[in-house]
Amino acid sequence: MIGFDFDYYKPNSIEEAQKAYKDLKSQGKVAIYYSGGTEIISKARVNQIHFDAIIDIKGIPECSIYGFKEDKLIIGAATTLTQISDSAFFPLLSQSCRNTADHTARDKITIGGNICGKIIYKEPLLPLLLSDGEAVISDGEGVKSVPLTQIFDKELQLEEGEFLIQITINKEYIFLPYINIKKTKQGKVDYPLVTVASIKKDNKIRIAFSGLCSYPFRLYEIEDNQNNINNEIKIEFNNIMDFLPSPIMEDILGTAEYRKFVTRNTLDEALEKLGGVLC
Amino acid sequence: MIAESELEASRAVEMIKVEYDPLPVINSPGDALKQGAALVHENLGNYRIMKACTPVPGTNNANHVKIRKGDMTKGWRKSEVIVEEDFFLPQSDHIAMETRSVRAEIRPDGHIIIHSTSQGPYIIRKKLSRHFNIDTGKITVHTPMVGGAFGGKAAVQLEMIAYLASKAVDGKEVIIVNSREEDMISSPCRIGLEAKVKLGASRDGKIRAAEITYLVDTGAYSDMGAVITKSIASDCTGPYNIENVWCDSMCVYTNHPYVTSFRGFGHLEYTIAIERTMDKLAHALGIDPIELRLKNAIIPGDTTPTQVELTRSNIGNLPECIGRLKDVMNWEEGQRIDIGNNKVRAKGIACFWKTSSTPPDAASGAVITFSPDGCANLSIGAVELGQGSKTTLAQILAEKLRLDISRINVSIDVNTQDNLEHWKTVASSTTYMVGNAVIAAAEDVIEQIKAISSIVLRCEAKDIEIADGKAFLKNNPKKYIDITEVIHGYRYPNGNSIGGQIIGRGSFIMRHLSGMDKETGKGTPGPLWTIGAQGIEVEFDTKEYTYEVVKANSAIDAGKIINPMAAKGVTMGGMAMGLSIASSEAFIYNDMGVILNPNLRTYKSIRFGEEPEYLVEFIETPEGDGPYGARGLGEHGLVGIPGALLNSLSIAAQADLNRLPLTPETIWRTKTGETI
Amino acid sequence: MLEIKGKSIIDININGTIKSVMVRPADTLLHVIRNQLGLTGAKNGCENGDCDGCTVLVDDWPVKSCLMLAVEAIGHKIVTIEGLKNEPIQNAFVEKFAIQCGYCTPGMIMNCHGLIKNFPNATGKIIEEWLESNLCRCTGYHEIREAIKSVINR
Repeated sequence: MIGFDFDYYKPNSIEEAQKAYKDLKSQGKVAIYYSGGTEIISKARVNQIHFDAIIDIKGIPECSIYGFKEDKLIIGAATTLTQISDSAFFPLLSQSCRNTADHTARDKITIGGNICGKIIYKEPLLPLLLSDGEAVISDGEGVKSVPLTQIFDKELQLEEGEFLIQITINKEYIFLPYINIKKTKQGKVDYPLVTVASIKKDNKIRIAFSGLCSYPFRLYEIEDNQNNINNEIKIEFNNIMDFLPSPIMEDILGTAEYRKFVTRNTLDEALEKLGGVLC
Repeated sequence: MIAESELEASRAVEMIKVEYDPLPVINSPGDALKQGAALVHENLGNYRIMKACTPVPGTNNANHVKIRKGDMTKGWRKSEVIVEEDFFLPQSDHIAMETRSVRAEIRPDGHIIIHSTSQGPYIIRKKLSRHFNIDTGKITVHTPMVGGAFGGKAAVQLEMIAYLASKAVDGKEVIIVNSREEDMISSPCRIGLEAKVKLGASRDGKIRAAEITYLVDTGAYSDMGAVITKSIASDCTGPYNIENVWCDSMCVYTNHPYVTSFRGFGHLEYTIAIERTMDKLAHALGIDPIELRLKNAIIPGDTTPTQVELTRSNIGNLPECIGRLKDVMNWEEGQRIDIGNNKVRAKGIACFWKTSSTPPDAASGAVITFSPDGCANLSIGAVELGQGSKTTLAQILAEKLRLDISRINVSIDVNTQDNLEHWKTVASSTTYMVGNAVIAAAEDVIEQIKAISSIVLRCEAKDIEIADGKAFLKNNPKKYIDITEVIHGYRYPNGNSIGGQIIGRGSFIMRHLSGMDKETGKGTPGPLWTIGAQGIEVEFDTKEYTYEVVKANSAIDAGKIINPMAAKGVTMGGMAMGLSIASSEAFIYNDMGVILNPNLRTYKSIRFGEEPEYLVEFIETPEGDGPYGARGLGEHGLVGIPGALLNSLSIAAQADLNRLPLTPETIWRTKTGETI
Repeated sequence: MLEIKGKSIIDININGTIKSVMVRPADTLLHVIRNQLGLTGAKNGCENGDCDGCTVLVDDWPVKSCLMLAVEAIGHKIVTIEGLKNEPIQNAFVEKFAIQCGYCTPGMIMNCHGLIKNFPNATGKIIEEWLESNLCRCTGYHEIREAIKSVINR
């Protein structure tokens, strides 16, 4: 049971949402945006977060679009993970979504909530980072579009009052060779020990990780450190380890050494599929 | 904190600030018994001993149980091969899908009414009476159908708190419902175990001596841990005939959550240690693991560690169980097969046994009445936990009265005031104990019906048979009366009436049980042993150290199987639980003894899709004094599975896996020697 | 814009009928259906979205009602176990002995029912993907698998 009280708002447009936030702020109230809500409800129940009001974005049409428009795939922030995993629009993203949580949870978890939440894994984010996705954000004045790679650093860097409306992906990325492998401590339904997502674009392999460090990331440095010999792309495992943005995680899912061992095997498997080799 | 609504309680609890004064933390039984270890219970020496228990004051040893059988010197002398291994398994939890909950109220006349999701409503009554000095006649406990229990709901904990809470608010009804987190770590959990097993055998494979130490992690309070320690000792060798046994089984305090009974009552835990050591012994002797078990299988005529002589009727047929297992597992094709692509298939087995250890005076009762239409109403004190106790007992009654089961009603809820006491619904003893009481009550009914019918039919009672709701002459079935004419009194055509309502009364009390001698352990802890052999086939990835459990097999002798589908179901459920405990379930503690995974997000149990192909076979050697030859079965599907998994993965990985849980990281560390 | 401030009366569509309930915005759907509507089929096994004992159908899709606010149900069609009568999957569970203590059963059946509605010809892979959401502590899943297979293969 959530032991504190809050008010509920469900705007029908971006402008209504922005206004609601401003009004609440002027009343000195703490408001948060709400999409799937699974993370918010879980944390509120154990008093890890408190707020005076939630603004539910599921009624905003732009947040619920999911489909192609010209040469872009538009993914509304309120799209559920099941809607994505059951569709064939973007296979790599469908797979990442399918690996997250369990099926019933995916009927409620939205991609926006997953990316903007505090849980550190955000597996559906990896394909979006790899595919140079753009974040369409409501910033209080209007709407702006910013490359994800620019705005995501450990967390999605949103200013106060901003919320994610959509992610857009250029169609060309959808057909690129890809692979997504999730490893867990033991069973299938669990947070990742390490998830490796990878695509090959312009004969370069891009790799993104979740669960390896305390936040998900795309390893940009490795993209300039590849040798293409006899049509095989060689990547050094030690390079990858050196370029990690922070120490390997150590927690109840596994120790850092074990994660390193699993990552090596997973990268081995992933690169082989994309015409690369790990050495 | 007692509040008028859950919301108020949630708010109020947040306002409490607690200051902790950190004391030294005992984080394992081994640490607890080290020289100079901090004492969890400094006053152990002054505690009142409730049941037969041998605490060692000044230590963290709450109960030291000894088994001293035979002559160890002789045994070791005969042993040409000796193996010794250490084992560890952490505490884990019952995680029944329904968490524990209790309601308590005190009526103005002082009568206490408890509602509880309990396996032991009569134990709640007894304990409340004893601890708070209240007459048992002034306490009524109600138990509805329970959403899974596995031993955890035999503990009496929330009931005490709810009673005190109700007392504090003038007897108003108070309800306590455990959240999942509280259910896991505030209410009691399953024991952990550290074990050392040393087995000696002659070259021909006969085990000559066993020296065993079991350290039971009982957590902060001994509660049922002390009794489990005794239960482990009584069956300490596993189902093998060993003449010379030296076992020390100790109930050790740590700063972990305290424990209560868990399915298997200590047996799944020690079976891991024995069965791994058996495999090591087989390897050292150069004998096939199944052959070794067959050579040493305990059979009628042998004695248990507590020197009970086994007979045809109080134990099942282990050699036949092993033989059946060997066939279904296709053992001849080999234990470890490389199937290419870094994958290996491996088979491991374990044998197990278990007695239903109860107090020597454990008892059950049953009452049968009739509705005017001839339907039998069975009133019993057994709780329905999902094991199908009500159905099984109805079947026994239907069989005895030769009445269709659709004409049997069974009391579903248990009410300690109205239903006859059944000890508690644990230890796979319900069918045996209550079943025998039901049969006695049915025989009482038959005698009464025959008495009245013989007057009406003008013959002797012995001339009458009862079936299908009729009492008829054996020699001339056409001469009969409907039992509906008898069960509420017989009325002659002229109005004179004889007899009255038929009331069947039956009771059962355990016989010939005794406590265990303090020095040798000699005694009779239980009436019968269910026994079996289980095997696991895994597919192991030698590169990633991951595995899949492909097949799980059980060949169990539980005497007559009353309800085959239910028996199979409960056995498969136990097998799944065993796999879950062995592969992923474990409490993870930090250095301060705090549990890091107290919810179902972080405490992992087996899910749909992870279960193996099950094969369950029953060998039905009749139990001499069981209802229709039935022995106990509820727990047993679980007991040998973790040991079998450990053995199959040890063979697959070609490493000594002696610790649970068997996560890929644990196997990787053991195999590659990586230490933390 | 829909605004619900403080304890309010809202209308939700439960099992085909519109019901008025008094809710705090912070109340979960699970709490409201159990405590206000007496629909205790949905169970509180963990209140954390891990066991699926609280599963109901929202517009024919299974959702964990412990991770959904009651106010989110406005405008949607909710079906609980009490709303099913004599469905093939319910009979299959009984026939195949797929029930022991019964606590996980309502959530399990709602999930299966949703699966059958959305994927009447579901493959084994889809069945596994859906049913891995529900924890059962008693059965070991074998009979449950037989029950859903018997309905899907009809």
